[in-house]
Amino acid sequence: MTDVNQPPLLSIEHINKSFPGVCALNDVSLTFHSGEVHALLGENGAGKSTLIKVLTGIYAKDSGDITLDGRTVQIKNSLDAQSNGIRTVYQEINLIPTMTVAENLTLLDQPRRLGMISWRSAESRAKEMLARVGLDIDPNSLLVSHSIAVQQMVAIARALGSKARLLILDEPTASLDSEEIARLFSLMRQLKAQGMAIIFVTHFLDQVYAISDTISVLRNGSHVGTFETAALPQTELVGHMLGKDLDMLQHEQGDQVEAEEKPVVLSLSQVGKTGMLKPVDLDLKQGEIVGLAGLLGSGRTELCELAYGAVRPDQGAKSWLGNLLQINTPKQAIEQGMAYCPEDRKHRGIVAELSVRENLILALQSSRGWWSRIPMAEQQAIVSEFIERLSIKTPDMEKPIGELSGGNQQKVILARWLVTNPKLLILDEPTRGIDVGAHHDILKIIRELCDEGMSLLVASSEVEEIVAFAHRVVVLRDREKVSEIVGNQISQKSIIQAIAQ
Amino acid sequence: MRLKRIMRLEARTLAPIVSLFLLIVGTALVVPGFLKLTIVDGHIYGSLIDILHRSTPTALVALGMAVVIGTKGIDLSVGAIIAICGAVTAVLTTTTELHPLIVLGCALLAGMACGLWNGTLVAVFGIQPIVATLILMVAGRGIAQMITGGQIVTFHSDFFNAMGNGFFMGLPSRVVLAAVVIAITVLMLRKTALGMFLEAVGGNSEASRLVGIDSRLLILMVYVFSGFCAALAGVIIAADIRGADANNAGLWLELDAILAVVIAGASLSGGRIYLGLTIVGALIIQTLTTAILTSGLPAQYNLIVKASIILLVLLLQSKVTQDFVRTRVLSFRRSSDA
Repeated sequence: MTDVNQPPLLSIEHINKSFPGVCALNDVSLTFHSGEVHALLGENGAGKSTLIKVLTGIYAKDSGDITLDGRTVQIKNSLDAQSNGIRTVYQEINLIPTMTVAENLTLLDQPRRLGMISWRSAESRAKEMLARVGLDIDPNSLLVSHSIAVQQMVAIARALGSKARLLILDEPTASLDSEEIARLFSLMRQLKAQGMAIIFVTHFLDQVYAISDTISVLRNGSHVGTFETAALPQTELVGHMLGKDLDMLQHEQGDQVEAEEKPVVLSLSQVGKTGMLKPVDLDLKQGEIVGLAGLLGSGRTELCELAYGAVRPDQGAKSWLGNLLQINTPKQAIEQGMAYCPEDRKHRGIVAELSVRENLILALQSSRGWWSRIPMAEQQAIVSEFIERLSIKTPDMEKPIGELSGGNQQKVILARWLVTNPKLLILDEPTRGIDVGAHHDILKIIRELCDEGMSLLVASSEVEEIVAFAHRVVVLRDREKVSEIVGNQISQKSIIQAIAQ
Repeated sequence: MRLKRIMRLEARTLAPIVSLFLLIVGTALVVPGFLKLTIVDGHIYGSLIDILHRSTPTALVALGMAVVIGTKGIDLSVGAIIAICGAVTAVLTTTTELHPLIVLGCALLAGMACGLWNGTLVAVFGIQPIVATLILMVAGRGIAQMITGGQIVTFHSDFFNAMGNGFFMGLPSRVVLAAVVIAITVLMLRKTALGMFLEAVGGNSEASRLVGIDSRLLILMVYVFSGFCAALAGVIIAADIRGADANNAGLWLELDAILAVVIAGASLSGGRIYLGLTIVGALIIQTLTTAILTSGLPAQYNLIVKASIILLVLLLQSKVTQDFVRTRVLSFRRSSDA
């Protein structure tokens, strides 16, 4: 535990930062100690990113002081931050995928011999850097050939460099599975033991409790408070973040028996694809929420893709409302009344250049065909209805969607499908990388849709989330369906046991 | 509502229009009579009409290019397609007795076939657009030379003469023809959902596929359309000079077309199609050329002045410049308030 009497490594006092029309940081004071994992929490827009950018010199603060080791420092650019030992690893990995691991690690400081890059010493230096984070991979392998988790570790290895003292990890676990997270945490503990101060930004509260010593909460640009992790119950923490109480884990299961008798909407019989997913049987009933649980790479996304027809299965058959049908392309799936929100929102969901309106209307327009354009007045009516219904935060509907926050983008994509009035909605990680408030909204929407008779297939890596809404849980492991948990049997424990068996 | 939308027109959108306006005003100050229009035999003449007349091929090719670039593609072969279609027109007119309308149809079909070839390489075989269309850019002039037998084939046809240099309702007929094609394209893209689908495919083809848009067919069509536009430009150029020059017809026109699209503010990474502004871009390029030639500036400065002014337009559009100007204006206002 941190020695409170020890002087802090870094302290910030009365930091203010505003952008035109927004006060992003309002008189924020925080202290960070060596050998401490300090979790920085808050909803999107709370000011976490701004604070990090001030610390790393990307933004200039309007006022306030930054003190390092008792002396005031000016951090005007990322070079200043680097030379003061402040290193950052961002959620989106800032490495070059087409270069080798060694090239990525030594990119900024290449060992030279007679003015030429010495690849041999670059390689040995890369090996040292990898050893520090406990990675045993070939430095000459291409970065893309490794999993996201390993790439993240490489990013940390590069950030640590030679004289790092404060490491900022900005949502480092967003794309890691639990084993990889455990690996990252053991690395964090090791660095902590060496006296590193770590600022940990995340949306996952269980991880905060697993690793952090101290929690600071920001809300709307203000510092709500700093707490000792062990002394802060989770409900209280969420209350601080939202400014209200939240019972996310409530499980309503009243319509259990009813769902059993409802007709089957989509039935998969032995649907699979070689090298992607072993054949799976699955029935989705009307008004039922089926959760897909499993570790990263267990085949959750693959099952969604095959069910929707985003990828053509090479075996098995699908029937829709009792009729054997060919549903092998998105177009065919949409014709029958299916909808699919993919996991990778940025690359497979939004069209960043197009406006909120265009993104929201896209699936409906596509199902009507290019010739019968939806009249502008009708488009605007639909869009404003859904902006209100899903409480999407956007100044106006003509704003490019790329400029919205992740949670609002996700709501637009959800709305894109809801306007088509689907019978079956497939959601892959609907709450990934979005803030607690939007998270809550989306879970609420999922439940409402189900009550209206829509069937949902929801893949999620957050077990407690699945427990909260699913009527039935399908557990996948190693690209194979391993078990199905129904009704009262559903609990975090039973799912985790099925995953871990 | 409408007023609001006009108010929201960004500097980015206004830049090409303002540039064209300034260019015309500037030239009019240097060259007396630049704005003068005269009517002879019911036909309008003048420098401005001449600019419209000359910019027709560029505008047509740029129209196709704007759509192609909107889907994240590019078509380098349009110059070669112009040569092929000019050759087809000339050879069919001199060697056969076919009705000129059928000749025109054959030339347009030849251009669309070229587009189909490009589209197949891009949409079906997944070859990068710049590489796929480079093939026809190189091979196309060879094909055109084969058609003409390596000669410059001259021809005479009243129909094509009327198309290249004639008048329709007082205006050059080719300008009217191009205006019709442009208007139909705008209607097709904006009054149907085609424009939005194309922009969606250009912005994110995977997301478009998942909402059921057949991006492969759309991309194929886009190259066919670009081939059609280039073909029409090719026929007009051949009709203008009453002959087909396989080596020089439409030479470097693909670069002018790309430039027009860029001046319109479109990004080469796709996702947005600005048809009207692209035409403005094509007019800027032609106005510059005409202005330099009529202002009596020595011909050797032509290219450099042209490049400099285009650079100026692009700088005006750049976000960096605009932010710089905006902060300057703001701080000036603040200091004058204080």
